[in-house]
Amino acid sequence: MTSLVAFIVRLVSGLQARWLGAEPVDCQRVYFANHTSTLDAAVLWAALPPLIREKTRPVAAKDYWSANSVRRWLANDIFRALLIERRKVTIENNPLREMLAVLDEGESLIIFPEGGRFAGPEPQEFKGGLFHLAKDRPQVQFVPVYLENLNRILPKGKLLPVPLLGSITVGSPIKLETGETKTGFHDRARNAVWSLHLA
Amino acid sequence: MNLTFDNETGLLVGGITAVLILASLVGWILARRPGDHEYRATIANLNARTRAWWLMVVIFLLAMLSGGIGSVILFGLTSFLALREFITMTPTKRGDHGTLLWLFFVITPIQYGLVAVGWYGLFAIFIPVYAFLFVPLRSVLGGDCERFLERTATIQWALMICVYCVSHAPALLTLEIPGFEGQNGKLLLYFVLVVQASDVLQYIWGKTLGKHKIAPAVSPNKTWEGFLGGVATATLLGTALWWATPFTPWQAAGMSLAVTLMGFAGGLVMSAIKRDRGVKDYGTLIQGHGGVMDRIDSLCFSAPVFFHLTRYFFT
Repeated sequence: MTSLVAFIVRLVSGLQARWLGAEPVDCQRVYFANHTSTLDAAVLWAALPPLIREKTRPVAAKDYWSANSVRRWLANDIFRALLIERRKVTIENNPLREMLAVLDEGESLIIFPEGGRFAGPEPQEFKGGLFHLAKDRPQVQFVPVYLENLNRILPKGKLLPVPLLGSITVGSPIKLETGETKTGFHDRARNAVWSLHLA
Repeated sequence: MNLTFDNETGLLVGGITAVLILASLVGWILARRPGDHEYRATIANLNARTRAWWLMVVIFLLAMLSGGIGSVILFGLTSFLALREFITMTPTKRGDHGTLLWLFFVITPIQYGLVAVGWYGLFAIFIPVYAFLFVPLRSVLGGDCERFLERTATIQWALMICVYCVSHAPALLTLEIPGFEGQNGKLLLYFVLVVQASDVLQYIWGKTLGKHKIAPAVSPNKTWEGFLGGVATATLLGTALWWATPFTPWQAAGMSLAVTLMGFAGGLVMSAIKRDRGVKDYGTLIQGHGGVMDRIDSLCFSAPVFFHLTRYFFT
């Protein structure tokens, strides 16, 4: 069932992943990408080879993905998404703690550090915990990913996808430098994603 | 649309298979010879083309074996994929989302449905009249006026080229040609063969003898030598295969000439569009995709002309 959904997602998004800076190998990673469409998490997840896909969980918004039973089924049973609270964040459901817990189980994550979907091709300022993840788990690879055309396939707020061709470009992993600030690291991470649109 | 298979179909298929076997052998021998980087790249490209050809021939024949409907579905899917490449390349916006859904999931299936039921009257005007008027109407409901004419016109263009024009190829199966009943499958095979042979022959003549460029600003690969040699030999081939058609040898020559000239025009126009959009070929539009448009650009232009010439003079 999981492979079938992955196949359908690949078919609809017509996508081809280009692994320019990193190979699709079994190694613990945090993939971070620009966010323009509901499809993003599913598409990036579907583009991974099956063995890696099994160990990679997209981080997604709980309010969106638990809104109805189809979304809940997709998020829980298919994508195995880590659903995080966007609005009422408490100490118990702090997204960062949950993400760190997943990493500590040896799994990889897919995150969208812009914190929401934006229609433009250039990613917005990164917010949230990318910096904290990089600081607390320095042994994990942080891999930038650029997603293109997906917002034309399924724009925000639309129900049915138009089967255009999308693409995924995977760049080289980046590392948190010693003494680097949160803003500095986020700017560098954002540039690493944006620079892939020319690659 | 009932298709029967006779000895002539067998001869056509056998001939195509023989040429492909020969091309594969030649490609295999050339690949074993030593050569510089450019030589290797050319041969690799040649062999990739031959492999794509095998695939296309097998798919095409399976579609024909299923009777007329298989060919209609095959060309319908081809239109769908071409449309996908074309629209990806054009500057549509969020306001066009609804229009594009109609394009892919309603208008294209209806056009091929009209081919399947053989309703010529509506088939001929459905896209040029009704879809033409519907597209801007649906887009205007999206409420975005920015570059409205440009967006609408490219969508209409995409429909005309990728769907309307291509659908004339399977529509050949619906023509009622006196004395040729049940044999239209051969006519479709003949048409596709001449168009594609013209492409291949122009490529070969151009690669071997090409010197004088026809339109260097549009397509640096198109030369007078390739054009004249390709058109002449493809026309000869089309003439030599007259027995598979309802035409006399001279008529077959005229039809083949029209098809090859239109095919050349199609290739040239599509090159200009690609340059305009900053794309080298549709295959590199998004890495790793085959580029259906690159294979059918000549067919887009020649199918309606071949269809109407046949319909006017032979039915």
